[in-house]
Amino acid sequence: MDASNTKKRWHPGWWRGRSAVIGVPYFWLLLFFLAPFLIVANYSISEMGVIRVEDITSIADGAVKLTMKYSNYARLLDDNLYWHSYWVSVKYAFVTTFFCLLIGYPFAYFMARAKASLQPTLLMLVMLPFWTSFLLRVYAWKGLLDEGGWVWRLILALHLDTPLLWIGAIETPGQLMHTTFSLVIGMTYTYVPFMILPLYANLSKMDLRLLEAASDLGATPWVAFWRVTVPLSKAGIIAGSMLVFIPCVGEYVTPELLGGPTTLMIGRVIWDENFSNNDPPMASAVAVILVLLIVVPLAIFNKYQTEAQEARK
Amino acid sequence: MKNRALFGTRFAKGFGVAWLIGGFLFLYLPMITLMIFSFNHSRLASHWGGFSLEWYRKLADDTEIINGLWLSLKIAVTSATGSVVLGTMAAFTLVKYKRFRGRTFFAGMVNAPLVMPEVIQGLSLLLMMVAIQRVIGFPERGFFTIWLGHLMIGMSYAAVVVQARLQDLNPQLEEAAMDLGARPWQVFRLVTFPMITQSLISAWLLTFSLSLDDVVSSAFLSGPGATTMPLVIFSRARLGLDPSVNAVATVMIVIVAFCVAVASIWVARAERRRAAEISAAARDDS
Repeated sequence: MDASNTKKRWHPGWWRGRSAVIGVPYFWLLLFFLAPFLIVANYSISEMGVIRVEDITSIADGAVKLTMKYSNYARLLDDNLYWHSYWVSVKYAFVTTFFCLLIGYPFAYFMARAKASLQPTLLMLVMLPFWTSFLLRVYAWKGLLDEGGWVWRLILALHLDTPLLWIGAIETPGQLMHTTFSLVIGMTYTYVPFMILPLYANLSKMDLRLLEAASDLGATPWVAFWRVTVPLSKAGIIAGSMLVFIPCVGEYVTPELLGGPTTLMIGRVIWDENFSNNDPPMASAVAVILVLLIVVPLAIFNKYQTEAQEARK
Repeated sequence: MKNRALFGTRFAKGFGVAWLIGGFLFLYLPMITLMIFSFNHSRLASHWGGFSLEWYRKLADDTEIINGLWLSLKIAVTSATGSVVLGTMAAFTLVKYKRFRGRTFFAGMVNAPLVMPEVIQGLSLLLMMVAIQRVIGFPERGFFTIWLGHLMIGMSYAAVVVQARLQDLNPQLEEAAMDLGARPWQVFRLVTFPMITQSLISAWLLTFSLSLDDVVSSAFLSGPGATTMPLVIFSRARLGLDPSVNAVATVMIVIVAFCVAVASIWVARAERRRAAEISAAARDDS
């Protein structure tokens, strides 16, 4: 549809309506999404005064004076705690993404190749967990992994705790809760639908004749899978991975409920700085660095998202 | 069709079915266990002390939970409604207006809250509210601030759902209405709106359930006396296993599952009717 053509067709009053439709959500986002970020950035370069945060601008001698304090960032650089929690967050987000892909890719693949009449039902069964509370899904694992829970019994009965101990996923035999293991399993569980859905959307649209062509050219199904199906699903893999990775980096609820002392993730640090230490400027500084950390994967995600949207047309 | 799947063999078929079943067990068993243990007579999650409705009886007298539930429902209904209105406008903007200043920036702002860690969103809105309150003495932290936080996140989700639907619409229908002299608002009300109703309903349900479930931004934005139900559940879950949480969970899951089932049946039926109408109209045309 030609844009200039539509313009003429709209009623002369269209312009006002158009500005309102664009303007309201635009203004809203500027006010409640962008402005708060600028405030966070502002806070991160101010300091806690005796009772309240000191403003970075002050009026002295009739002129506005800008004082920026980098002490928060200096502390960030100095203190190993922060570095460690950034590292831990990225590491566990990565491990979680890996497991989500490991479980989710074959799942989405077989779903997309299932009987067409079955697919809507399967899709609904994957979406249904979205509708149940995230908090409760995390809580459910507490009951399973705590001493006496049936997953705990199962793992101990199969002596699976020994290999888990070897790879360092748990620290003491027989203790599954509040470990790396419980954290990763909890995050994988809550985020795996985010991996399955974009992959399924991608794989179900694939032109199956390409596989026939590959087979006619002598490729075994295994080779065709790796050299045709997987490369074609690249956009789905990236979208799914980003949808899992980005929120996992800043995850708070799962590390708090299932994680332990060794899994101090950055979301918890921000929370603790703000609530326990009562130091919003420090929390802001940690948040600013976290934003910088996820900006790159976010940009990748946005790029593929836009491309996918353009491709739909 | 030959070579349809990765392996054409019976073994591969079996493997695929097993993977799907295993995956669904992984997705569903934890929740089912959670629900079963709400009927456990024993306080301990480790052993089954016989069937009992004790925890549900206690739930009825649990004012903390009941007050939290009321507050959560009020926030969820109002923020879901607001999210759908704003989200629809944002989606409409992104689909219909291809050229205006700052469009990429706008698209980025619409999509960002979907993946932005909630800790950051909660913190940033909190700091902004504190700053505003210092200047004009409003708003007190509580219902309003939590509502605003949920609206912020919900709007993005609603925008994505509605956007997907708007993109699939046939623009000719709207053009036809315009040719017949309908004003833009009439076009929206009489043509576009009826065609996107299902997606508006899904968007509402999605944002409603997100709001009903939110812990992190609510915790940042809540004030004294405004404790939503997830916050109550979260503080109890932090302390350890609590059978009352299992009972609340079961009630919530049953309610949400029921609503989703009813809505999706209704949507599927409406979709079929509309598709039939459209194809009938197209047939008359030719």
